[in-house]
Amino acid sequence: MDLQSDSFEELAMPLFDQLYNFAHWLTQNRDDAEDLVQETYTKALKGFSSFRLGTNFRAWMYRILRNTFLTSRTGLKVTMTVPLDPEEDGPELAVESDTPETILFGRANRELLQSAIDELPVHFREILLLCEVEEMSYQEIAETLSIPIGTVMSRLSRARKTLSGRLRPQLQGGAGPAAIARGTNHGL
Amino acid sequence: MVCESWKAKLDTYVDGELPEAEMRTFDAHVRSCPSCSTDALTRVQMKRAIQVAGKRFTPSAEFRKRMQQSIAPKTRHSFRLGWMLAAAAAVVLVVGTLTSAYLGTRSSRDLAYRDQVFSEVADLHVATLASSSPVDVISTDRHTVKPWFQGKIPFAFDLPELQNSEFSLLGGRMTYLDQTPGAHLIYDARKHHISVFVFQERSLRLPAMSNEGSLSPKKLPFNMETWSQGGLRYFVVGDASAADIDSLSKLFKAAS
Repeated sequence: MDLQSDSFEELAMPLFDQLYNFAHWLTQNRDDAEDLVQETYTKALKGFSSFRLGTNFRAWMYRILRNTFLTSRTGLKVTMTVPLDPEEDGPELAVESDTPETILFGRANRELLQSAIDELPVHFREILLLCEVEEMSYQEIAETLSIPIGTVMSRLSRARKTLSGRLRPQLQGGAGPAAIARGTNHGL
Repeated sequence: MVCESWKAKLDTYVDGELPEAEMRTFDAHVRSCPSCSTDALTRVQMKRAIQVAGKRFTPSAEFRKRMQQSIAPKTRHSFRLGWMLAAAAAVVLVVGTLTSAYLGTRSSRDLAYRDQVFSEVADLHVATLASSSPVDVISTDRHTVKPWFQGKIPFAFDLPELQNSEFSLLGGRMTYLDQTPGAHLIYDARKHHISVFVFQERSLRLPAMSNEGSLSPKKLPFNMETWSQGGLRYFVVGDASAADIDSLSKLFKAAS
């Protein structure tokens, strides 16, 4: 038991910061994020004997965190009010030439982007964060979310399109350059 | 139109998830196709922007500590308790006799070393005050003194807010104890000067200092307080009253 919790601590604590960051993005609230991480670690420690060393520990921890979130009060509310879009593996459309990406990048408008990510449906938010922030491979994301790789690709693509679509009016519409520079801050 | 089939795979390409051979072919195409290279660039930029924006939340130190405690291995007292108690008793009986003499000498050696350290700290205090330039950074502002130490000593520490206290900061200087660099701060309290020394605990090679708190080192006309906190060893020494030394120590403990 002690050897087991020794190695659990060694494996799990290096993931603490990133798991917390992910939890906070999901719950959008510090207290709920702490509760979620706490519960994740408790569950993971209890189930550590079922974890097979040599397999992907990080994906295992994220899967526990995500499943815990989905069955939490906040998670249930989110999934009940925002139904998952049907997964479609249709062809991707070409990116329009006048896209917000370069504007966003050039102006380094982090807060604006954070607000846009905040407002994404949770299934888009989580897949974007796993891919871009956690730099997980498609295989790891598939393991974490328990979905096929094809679904990872299509969902990721849709998440990116949705994000770009939501940023476009803010960057090109009423916000104007001054507002873009300031950014908008939808507080959590 | 020719690029439609390429563009369908752009995301997979910028995510580095295409098979190796296909990645090479795609690389070659992107280099020769302005439209695809522009699209690839904008997607990479977006990925980077999300990566930066996504690293947004940091857990509090208090939560980290709580978590570490909750998953740290539990002490082994519940495991085969009876057997272990019996074994421990036997070990204590046998080993205790053999080691008591050794521990006695080690304990006296530790005490001697501790007294030597206290003595050196007191010497540093006196020698500094006797110097024509006791401080290298002269300021009453902790926000001036603290940054001055950056790059001079291999650690950072916090200075307390002294507003509404009887203490005032006179300045600071670098110091050495047992070949270890540290910070030396000088405070004034009712015309008495008090030195606060901060060193890295692990660099000092001090024996386990059970003697935390207020001390009156033998043969020294000073009051002194020492404690370890956050990996740092603090000494507060001066000819001020023990109460003043204690008050200043408490301010430091609260600030750290």
